[in-house]
Amino acid sequence: MNRTIKKIESTSDLKKIMAAYYSSLAECDSSKKIAWCSSVGPAELLRAMGFEVFFPENHGAMIGASKKAADYISHANAAGYSPDICSYLTSDIGAFIKKETPMKKAAGLDKVPEPDVLVYCTNQCRDVQDWFSWYARHFDVPIAGVESFRGLGELTRDHVNAVSAQIKNLIPTLEKITHTRFDIDRLRKVVELSQRCSSLWKQVLETAASVPAPLTFFDAAIHMGPAVVLRGTSTACDYYELLLKELKQRVSDGTGAVEQEKYRLYWEGMPIWGAHRDLATLLSSHGAGVVASTYCNSWIFDSLDPQDPFDSMARAYAGLFIARTDSWKENYIAQQVEQFNINGIVFHEAKTCPNNSNSMYAMPKRIKTPSVVINGDLNDLRLFSLEQTQIRLEAFLERLD
Amino acid sequence: MFLGIDAGSTEAKAVVVNINGEVLGMGAYRTWTDFTEAAEKAVALALANAGADMDSVKSAVSTGYGRNIQGLAKCAKTEISCHGAGAFKYFPEPLTVIDIGGQDSKIIKIGAKGELLDFKMNRKCAAGTGAFLEETSRRMGSGIGEMNALAANSTQKVELGSYCTVFSFSEILSLSRKGVKKEDLARAVYVSMVKRIMEMDTFAGKVVITGGAVEFNPVLIEIFKEESGINALVPPSPRFAGALGAALFAIKEYNA
Ligand code: SF4
Repeated sequence: MNRTIKKIESTSDLKKIMAAYYSSLAECDSSKKIAWCSSVGPAELLRAMGFEVFFPENHGAMIGASKKAADYISHANAAGYSPDICSYLTSDIGAFIKKETPMKKAAGLDKVPEPDVLVYCTNQCRDVQDWFSWYARHFDVPIAGVESFRGLGELTRDHVNAVSAQIKNLIPTLEKITHTRFDIDRLRKVVELSQRCSSLWKQVLETAASVPAPLTFFDAAIHMGPAVVLRGTSTACDYYELLLKELKQRVSDGTGAVEQEKYRLYWEGMPIWGAHRDLATLLSSHGAGVVASTYCNSWIFDSLDPQDPFDSMARAYAGLFIARTDSWKENYIAQQVEQFNINGIVFHEAKTCPNNSNSMYAMPKRIKTPSVVINGDLNDLRLFSLEQTQIRLEAFLERLD
Repeated sequence: MFLGIDAGSTEAKAVVVNINGEVLGMGAYRTWTDFTEAAEKAVALALANAGADMDSVKSAVSTGYGRNIQGLAKCAKTEISCHGAGAFKYFPEPLTVIDIGGQDSKIIKIGAKGELLDFKMNRKCAAGTGAFLEETSRRMGSGIGEMNALAANSTQKVELGSYCTVFSFSEILSLSRKGVKKEDLARAVYVSMVKRIMEMDTFAGKVVITGGAVEFNPVLIEIFKEESGINALVPPSPRFAGALGAALFAIKEYNA
């Protein structure tokens, strides 16, 4: 079968925006402070306090996409980090030890921007804290974090209070670094922009509920770049307005991202960055569109509210999918299956991230929708075989026939 | 006539059937590294066995690792669907098919109408596959047929604890140093394979075992029964089940 994937026109704008973001970090003079932040950490607060924000997980994903992670992981292994832990951590630290960065190719940067502070949130895992701690020791700069909850069913007032208080507690540490006073109105403004970005991103993803879907997970995982690294800025909002317009046009023209869409799949788990394109091509050649995913949805923060910035940030960070109980997650996936007209679910069991690998805890046996488990990893391609994955995916599509 | 080609990692198999799905001829050829050559040889053997030639083939379907190689057949199906269909041909009822292949093992659930319900494959590792058996027997200095005979004469139960082929062999060496008989070691190798397979999934309906490993190592069936308590069935020529399934899909293709 020779079906093609339709290219998204806005991609050229996306590339420019991302390159400009990386360059802005590189060009920071000493008057500007740089904070490293975990993907769903308190980025809104950091921006409101005037920091430039760098996201190591985005850098990790770039390393994965460059297919060079395995070269780097060995350096982190030699430094004492096991090959079985988060391969974002190991490949990122390894790349740093080897003095290489994929930002060189993307934006001409020789190295990652040096942090003045590292700020994490443990809503996703413990690895991120270990990861940031390595850099805090290396650069001898402060590290601060928000300890959030795991395995949450209901998000209660107590949970919100606990997280909200910790976000507020970061302020004195951050003020010492920036030598400026915290300004609540600036925070409200950033939260408002972040909320707008999240809402636009949600609308972008929801266009894929149309049949045929105008975008797939493979596109969305790339186009979510601004929602990850530029949330809380108008640049991100402007970009999603542009992308949304293009996708809405596709919907009204009846143009699908995958030619002759036959199957509609849901992706549960991390992308396999080094095989992202191969998998997109493989699935689309069979008319299979991955039209929704937990991963891309994780940057939708419905609760953000500029009128109530701290508590609403706490709700957004603590209420993340990854931090929930399995039954909460199963309900969530069932809603997605309904909303996006899903035929089947692909569970990516990532060897080095059990936090994002729900198949490890028997979820495929409990849900009603047909599913397949593929074994792989976010970054470590030595843990992935395209051949083995291809037969699983093709057999799965035969099963859906 | 209809042709099914299983371009497997270890061996290419071909089966020729008539419109009723009755087997007319079979052929197999070792793959080494050239899928196309092995498949062509297997097809020639199967056609000769059926007393037919390529011109009489109305439709062909390929399966196996080399299924997508250009020129093999117009249509490709995965081994999962084909082994399921091949087993269902002999046992037309809800089944769990265990296929122990050269590179991978699969557990395939088939419904009452022969439909594919679900499947599991081994992870990226030789544990529980034909490759594990080949490697351990090679290192024990026994041919595959010999391993089967040895295991059949085992009198003492010993177990290998490791998943890994390399570590398993170290275990074999240390057990052998302790005086454990070759017969018991051979049996332990099969027990390890069966255990890896039993870990993959639960079983439902009748259990059928296909693939080269059971054809050449019938002792596996007995060991499977002993370990699982399940009386597994084996179709005729179990290593051809995938090629037979492909041939049956060729009939479907032709009728579609
Ligand atoms: S959630 Fe997984 S991939 Fe992300 S930082 Fe934690 S361990 Fe790594």
